[in-house]
Amino acid sequence: MTVASPSDLQPPAPNNQGPSGQGQSLGLQPEGWLRYLSFSLDHKVIGLQYLICAFLFYFLGGALAGVIRTELASPISDFVSRETYNEVLTLHGTVMIFLWIVPVVNGAFGNYLIPFYVGARDMAFPRLNAVAFWLIPPAGILLISSYFIKGGAAQSGWTAYPPLSITTPALGQVIWILSVLLLGGSSIFGGINFIATILKLRRPGLQLMQLPMYCWAMLGTSILVVLSTPVLAGTLILLSFDIIAHTGFFNPALGGNVVVYQHLFWFYSHPAVYIMVLPAFGLVSEILPVHARKPLFGYTTMVYSILAIVVLGLVVWAHHMFTSGTPPWMRLFFTIATSFIAVPTGIKFFNWLATLWGGKIALNSAMLFACAFIVNFVFGGITGVALAQVPFDIHVHDTYFVVGHFHYIVYGGTVFVIFSSVYHWYPKFTGRMLNEDLGRLHFLLTFVGFNLCFAPQHWLGLNGMPRRVAEYDPAFTTWNQVSSVGALLMAISTLPFLINVVVSAFNGKPAGANPWNALTPEWLTSSPPPVENWIGEAPLVTHPYGYGTPADRIDLGNATGEQIWGDSRR
Amino acid sequence: MTSLAPATSNTPELSSGEATHGSSHAEQDHGAHSDARLFGLATFLVADGMTFAGFFAAYLTFKAVNPLPEGSNYQLELLLPSLNTLLLVISSFTFHRAGRGLLRGDGPSCRRWLLITAALGLAFLGGQMVEYFHLPFGLTDNLFASTFYALTGFHGLHVTLGVICILIVWWQTRSGGRIEATSPFGLEAAELYWHFVDGIWLVLFGILYLL
Repeated sequence: MTVASPSDLQPPAPNNQGPSGQGQSLGLQPEGWLRYLSFSLDHKVIGLQYLICAFLFYFLGGALAGVIRTELASPISDFVSRETYNEVLTLHGTVMIFLWIVPVVNGAFGNYLIPFYVGARDMAFPRLNAVAFWLIPPAGILLISSYFIKGGAAQSGWTAYPPLSITTPALGQVIWILSVLLLGGSSIFGGINFIATILKLRRPGLQLMQLPMYCWAMLGTSILVVLSTPVLAGTLILLSFDIIAHTGFFNPALGGNVVVYQHLFWFYSHPAVYIMVLPAFGLVSEILPVHARKPLFGYTTMVYSILAIVVLGLVVWAHHMFTSGTPPWMRLFFTIATSFIAVPTGIKFFNWLATLWGGKIALNSAMLFACAFIVNFVFGGITGVALAQVPFDIHVHDTYFVVGHFHYIVYGGTVFVIFSSVYHWYPKFTGRMLNEDLGRLHFLLTFVGFNLCFAPQHWLGLNGMPRRVAEYDPAFTTWNQVSSVGALLMAISTLPFLINVVVSAFNGKPAGANPWNALTPEWLTSSPPPVENWIGEAPLVTHPYGYGTPADRIDLGNATGEQIWGDSRR
Repeated sequence: MTSLAPATSNTPELSSGEATHGSSHAEQDHGAHSDARLFGLATFLVADGMTFAGFFAAYLTFKAVNPLPEGSNYQLELLLPSLNTLLLVISSFTFHRAGRGLLRGDGPSCRRWLLITAALGLAFLGGQMVEYFHLPFGLTDNLFASTFYALTGFHGLHVTLGVICILIVWWQTRSGGRIEATSPFGLEAAELYWHFVDGIWLVLFGILYLL
């Protein structure tokens, strides 16, 4: 039974007593922009806190990448010292993974969108949610501060492999561990919250198989978070024992075993790739149907693909360890399991193409980034399948080929989707549109810069340039300089983006409730939405992708809820 | 995706519908919240269990592939840990009795069983301390010793936290406290956690002492 009216799509009147339990509990919260610096319990505020905080760390991580590419523009170590280079690459990896991508695709968009998608007014545990966010800034500051202490920051890369992590300066490494533990805790709290919200807070009448795809992506991601992150936490605690108390868990000199660390580390860190990329799959599945005006192709296969990736993602970790003395039977198993992941991923890829096929495509900034994601991701996916094959992997292990592959997945894949999502949901966040010209310029610079930066790294890797080293054979100079020029373009590309998001927040064209004529529930309320998400009852959206169907032919600005969701009445 | 209902038929329904729907929704939200809390705790315990699973996997791998140096002493006494195991298993049953007492509305019985459970937990921790002081090896002596202390220590931390939770629950079950027969969440959560810690110990005891 769903009843809604046009007034549901309007912002609340100042003294409107919304029928919300949460609305009153927020009475003591500060108003205006100060909310974003407070311990707010509103999932929309927390989502934007995650987004802004993560973007700050993204610019820091990008500056660190700038240092790396400047150093690598010449074959000798001239821009920074070798130790500093090690610290910078460690900080770059850690910041980008734990403080940028994971918080954005999970925390930011997850917190903002999931309650809308399940028809709830907040997450299942609002207080835990706020705690999870507020663990991130201290962890980030802790990590960065380690650069300025005696001995400097950790130098062992984001993997912190022993014995390297045991023999490099201890204090920076211990701070690194502490910081990652805090971020892992934040991630686990978030994962628990998402699972409980999606499974337990669904609006009555809403079936699991009617949820927008991002819910499924977040459910799968959160299962991975809950199952794998604690293993990393335990492993890092053991590593800190090795550093502080001089135990020998991972120290061969004391009878320990470094390969055990690698197994435990990758048991988290391979699923971590899916923790970074599955939500992006979900987000892009929301964006493509809206701007192609077509239903998402193959909803059911999409859902089962996500679940298959979750299961397979947990049993492929040792493909990172083919050169670590892994026995042949183990290599065989992990090669086969890893190759299998290409099947569900390929299904999703073709579903996206089929969604676009014959659609009425609007090539706006959001769509450009989303389509570029498909292109970049298929390239990163193909090199991924190649890396799963033992003979090839042994040849390119620890070379720039792996660096290129990885960045095609996380930058070409996830970060492109993050930008696409910002262009898509910015009108909902702020009530104003972004400038399309600046958006397209941003896209052009990013796409060219990204491919210029990372495509050459595949050739460098195939020819044997090792990763994580400040110096290289002069024969590699040309491609490295091309790569550095690409990085420079990427740095420049953030300028139109920054100008756009700041200026549009004040001067952008007013967006209205539903500028894209989208059918998912977050668009069926005002922009920005009221504290209780909807005035009145939450809409029951059973066909979130009903584009090109009768529901889509209604003028959404003037429609009644009955018209939009009437077909779902039973 | 078929028919569109005529728009005119909504408007009268709405004005009457909105108020009732509003209040029922607020109740729904609250109902869903209390439901989700135990579910959320269970999810957290799965995560916590994975930490232990990682430790167990590490221990078993070390045991399989890293032989200890000649003359390493890693003999464990079995009597005290077995007694400790018994205490912990009994404490799960006493906690269950406390929960039944609360639901029956028998406050004093509930609080008595809670104190007995806490005492059993403390006795377990005491036993663990005695064992630690009488072991012939220290934390950094060899790989087995390090793993032994890490595993039992991490579990002991969980027991300590559990005892604190039981004492908080005991305080909250006083007359006028937050936990009553109609709102038993705090006790149920502590009980679930306690059973989890108990179960982990059984696995740990099997792997570390018996295997």
